[in-house]
Amino acid sequence: MLDPRPFLRRLGALVLEKIARLGHASRFFVAVLLNSGATLRRYPLTLREIWFSGVLSLIIILVSGLFVGLVLGLQGYEILQRYGSAEQLGTMVALSLLRELGPVVAALLFASRAGSAITAEIGLMKTTEQLKAMDMMAVDPIARVVVPRFWGGVITMPLLAAMFSSMGIFGGWFIGVVVIGVDDGSFWSQMQDAVDFRYDVWNGVVKSFVFGVAVALIAVFEGYDADPTAEGVSRAITRTVVTSALAILALDFVLTSFMFRGTS
Amino acid sequence: MNRTTLDLWVGFFVALGMAALLFLALKVGSFSGVQMEQTYQLQAKFDNIGGLKVRGPVKSAGVVVGRVADIRFDPDTYEAVVLLNIDSRYTFPKDTFASIYTSGLLGDQYVGLEPGGDERKLVAGDTIFKTQSAVVLEKLVSQFLFNKAAESQDQQ
Repeated sequence: MLDPRPFLRRLGALVLEKIARLGHASRFFVAVLLNSGATLRRYPLTLREIWFSGVLSLIIILVSGLFVGLVLGLQGYEILQRYGSAEQLGTMVALSLLRELGPVVAALLFASRAGSAITAEIGLMKTTEQLKAMDMMAVDPIARVVVPRFWGGVITMPLLAAMFSSMGIFGGWFIGVVVIGVDDGSFWSQMQDAVDFRYDVWNGVVKSFVFGVAVALIAVFEGYDADPTAEGVSRAITRTVVTSALAILALDFVLTSFMFRGTS
Repeated sequence: MNRTTLDLWVGFFVALGMAALLFLALKVGSFSGVQMEQTYQLQAKFDNIGGLKVRGPVKSAGVVVGRVADIRFDPDTYEAVVLLNIDSRYTFPKDTFASIYTSGLLGDQYVGLEPGGDERKLVAGDTIFKTQSAVVLEKLVSQFLFNKAAESQDQQ
C-alpha cells in the first residue's frame, strides 16, 4: 500500500509557497504604487526607462507588425476571395490587429525584449549588492530602481501596440492593394465603416495598457525577488518570460469576454 | 547616454506612438460614423423587424438619410415601433413607404424609405403607416417547402 501522505505534503507545500509568492507580489505592487509619486517627480529616471524599453524595442515591434500584416493580407485574401468579398480585406486586417493581434503580440514581444532585460538588470543589481548599498545610503531601491522601470513599461506598452497595429494595417494594405490589386477605395472605406473608435480602437488601447501593467510588474518583481546568484538571475529571467506570456494570454481572454460580447 | 539625445529619442518615440494612435483613430476607425447635426424624428410600425438594430442606417435610394433611434414593442397592437432620426435636410411625402431590407445576402438590416407622390410632407413626430416587414428567411423556406409538398400531392 502506497503511502499518499508525502505526495500530499509536497502538494500542500507547493500551493502554500505559490500563495505566499502571490502575496509578496501584491505587497510589492502596492509598494511600487505608493512610491510612484515621489519618483515621477524626478521624471528623467523614467525617461531613461522609456528609452530603454521603448525606443530600443522599436525595430522588433515595427518589423514584426509589418510581417504579421503581410501574412494577414495574404491569408485573409485567400479566404475572402472564396466568398467573393475580397474588398472586406481591410476590415478583416484592421479588426484582427486592433482587437487581438496588436495588443497581444506586441505585449509578448515586449515581455521577451524589454521585460527580460529589466529582470536581468535588477537581478544583477541585487546579485552585486547594489540594491543593498543603496539601502545603506538611505536611498530606497524601490523608488530609485523599480518604480521608473515599472512606469517606463506601462507608458511604453500602449504606444508600441498602436505602432504594431498601424504597421500591420500598412502591411495588409501593401499586400492587398499594391500586390494583389484589391480596390484601394473600398479597402479603406469598408475598414472605416466597420471599425468603431470607441469599440475597437479604444478597447485595444485599454488591453495593451493592462498588459503593460502586468508585464512590467512581473519583470520588476522577478528581478527584485531573484536569488542573488548567477543561476538565480537566469531562472528569474526565464520565469519573467513564461509568466508574462501566460498572464498576457489569460488576461486577454478575460478582457475579450468583457469587451467584445457582440451588440444587442 | 547624453541627456539631450535621450530626450530627443524619447520625444521621437512618443510622437511616433501618438501618430500611430491618431492614424488608427482617424484613418482606420471612424467616430461612430457621420454625425448628423440636425434631425427630426419619425415613427414607423412594423409587424416584424427581423434583425434590425438601434443605430442601424435609414436609407432612401441607397443613400443614408438617418439612423434608427429606438425600437420598442407596442403591447396593444403587438407591433414593433421603430423611431427614426432623419437628417433635417431631407423631407419625405406623407405616403412614404418604409420597408426593412437586408444589405447583401447576410448583411445587416436597414430601413428603406420609398417616397410616394403626396404633396404634403412628413413632419417631426409623424407616423409612417405604409410599412413592409422584414423578410424572415425561415418563413420563406417553410413556405417554399409547403408549396413543393402541395405540388407533389397534386401530381399524385
